[in-house]
Amino acid sequence: MATQHSRSAARFMMAPAVFLLLVWMLVPLSMTLWFSFRRFLPLRGGDQGFVWFENYTRFISSSAFWPSVQTTLIIVGGILLISVVFGILLALLLDQPMWGQGVVRILVIAPFFVMPTVSALVWKNMFMDPTNGLFAHLWRAFGADPVVWLSDAPLFSIILIVSWQWLPFATLILLTAIQSLDSEQLEAAEMDGAGHLSRFGYIILPHMSRAITIVILIQTIFLLSIFAEIFVTTGGAFGSRTLTYLIYQRVLESQNVGLGSAGGVYAIILANIVALFLMRIVGKNLDA
Amino acid sequence: MGRITLDKVRKAFGDVEVIPPLDLTIEDGEFVVFVGPSGCGKSTLLRLIAGLEDVSGGQIRIDGEDATMVPPAKRGLAMVFQSYALYPHMSVRRNIAFPMKMAGLPQDEQDRRIEAAAKALNLTDYLDRRPGQLSGGQRQRVAIGRAIVREPAAFLFDEPLSNLDAALRHGMRLEISELHKRLDTTMIYVTHDQIEAMTMADKIVVLQGGVIEQVGSPMELYRAPRNIFVAGFIGSPKMNLLTGEEAAKRGAHTVGIRPEHVSISTTEGTWKGTVGVAEHLGSDTFLHVHREGAVDPMTVRVDGEFSAKHGDTVWLTAQEDQIHKFDAEGLRIA
Ligand SMILES: Nc1ncnc2c1ncn2[C@@H]1O[C@H](COP(=O)(O)OP(=O)(O)O)[C@@H](O)[C@H]1O
Ligand SMILES: [Mg+2]
Repeated sequence: MATQHSRSAARFMMAPAVFLLLVWMLVPLSMTLWFSFRRFLPLRGGDQGFVWFENYTRFISSSAFWPSVQTTLIIVGGILLISVVFGILLALLLDQPMWGQGVVRILVIAPFFVMPTVSALVWKNMFMDPTNGLFAHLWRAFGADPVVWLSDAPLFSIILIVSWQWLPFATLILLTAIQSLDSEQLEAAEMDGAGHLSRFGYIILPHMSRAITIVILIQTIFLLSIFAEIFVTTGGAFGSRTLTYLIYQRVLESQNVGLGSAGGVYAIILANIVALFLMRIVGKNLDA
Repeated sequence: MGRITLDKVRKAFGDVEVIPPLDLTIEDGEFVVFVGPSGCGKSTLLRLIAGLEDVSGGQIRIDGEDATMVPPAKRGLAMVFQSYALYPHMSVRRNIAFPMKMAGLPQDEQDRRIEAAAKALNLTDYLDRRPGQLSGGQRQRVAIGRAIVREPAAFLFDEPLSNLDAALRHGMRLEISELHKRLDTTMIYVTHDQIEAMTMADKIVVLQGGVIEQVGSPMELYRAPRNIFVAGFIGSPKMNLLTGEEAAKRGAHTVGIRPEHVSISTTEGTWKGTVGVAEHLGSDTFLHVHREGAVDPMTVRVDGEFSAKHGDTVWLTAQEDQIHKFDAEGLRIA
């Protein structure tokens, strides 16, 4: 009796939070679905009724669709690669006892606190600017022609900027993973004749695999929707248009809410496929 | 071969000298136990021998060759850690194979040694499991297996049984002793438990504060402890230590009498006292007797069938030839 009582009380208490969450998620989701089935051009006749799947077929058959999916995957993959590889290296470095460890660790985390728009602007104007940027000066100092980063290597530039922002996150999680490794295991491996590389490959890396999958999972979820960095730097030009950016252009630049909403539904599907895929990997890793 | 010589080996962590210069020789094939209270530097000494810590001074020789600067993997020593330090993501087979794989042994030789070790340690049915799926005793055996297959010059054990329950600990104690008899390899074993030291060792090294208090066979230490510390540490229950009048009467500052060297009577004896707590082990009973005029109770071993109730009056008599005498510095008077 008591448990049943407290259970219904718990349900009652939780109801407002659950209700808020549902509304928070369901309202935008159903609005997206609703608009995706309608022809809705705010500046050219407004809401003109149901067209059902026409928006979906138009979005996917547009010449910009598949390139944008490809760009999304390249950017996400590139950032994941850089932040995991350098995250591991930085974590290994920060794990070494050294002078001023506390300060160095805070400095490493710092980029995470910079807003995406700000960091993109800083990179664009202070580092990558072809006339006044730091890189341009560096290139000229060696007698080379400065690279016009954002138009010559737009994807690489964006990957660089976003990796810089996400590296601290990866480093921090991987560092805690390294620090949780039992030092006796490393000593045992050392006595067993494992050199530095073998110890890294056979002991440290397997120990970190769980943390690495978590980093990949969390970053992917956030990276699929990066926007500010592209908006501020290339504005979607030079083949740097991701799916998110394409949807934004359809809705705001082409003023086609229906088409944009259909794109949004595709983005949800893509995110879910990726999430499902990752969940399976993580699930396998977390079980072991 | 595994003859290990420590020559004025010293270790300091920063300003703290954990081990003042120390000399010790461990003969080939010997089972040596380092015993002492927690924090006395046993693990540090073992890690110096293993090469996991660098010495602050002195020389370590293995089979006559200077090994002071030789990296741990090249010293030919195998270590079993207190936490077992198994590799959690590898199967038992791969754990045991790891040192051989690092040494680049051919696969068939690896397989042969794994089979032999698994058979000797009762692990054959568990070779494909992960360490996480094994009990404490089995993990311990895997750790030993990983050490055996290297065919080292000496085994180093750091409190290997302290994570096991009492029954398993006894079983593993026998297994390790058996292993030593069979392999005839030098073993250095660290423990804080004097029972492990007494039952397993050929030679016991008693340490306190990084200093060797005494080196000797278990019975030598039991019969002739060099000072009060060793006297109190070796033997269970602890030796009774008396100072004052009783000691002065025998020309010493302190006298020590083991519980098994006191006889008890209900009618007559040297000291009169009342029975306090009785600890029954079945075969023996340890009585704590409060002597008249003394603060600390005296522990006395009596036969398990001896019946005495709390508060009974008894008389105690010590075997005079078994009394240990110590001077004011705590050193044994011959
Ligand atoms: N890495 C270290 N840094 C500083 N002090 C240490 C270190 N390792 C051990 N010590 C100190 O050395 C002393 C002996 O430690 P240890 O050899 O582990 O003792 P035991 O194994 O006998 O319990 C202790 O006082 C401990 O605090
Ligand atoms: Mg220790």
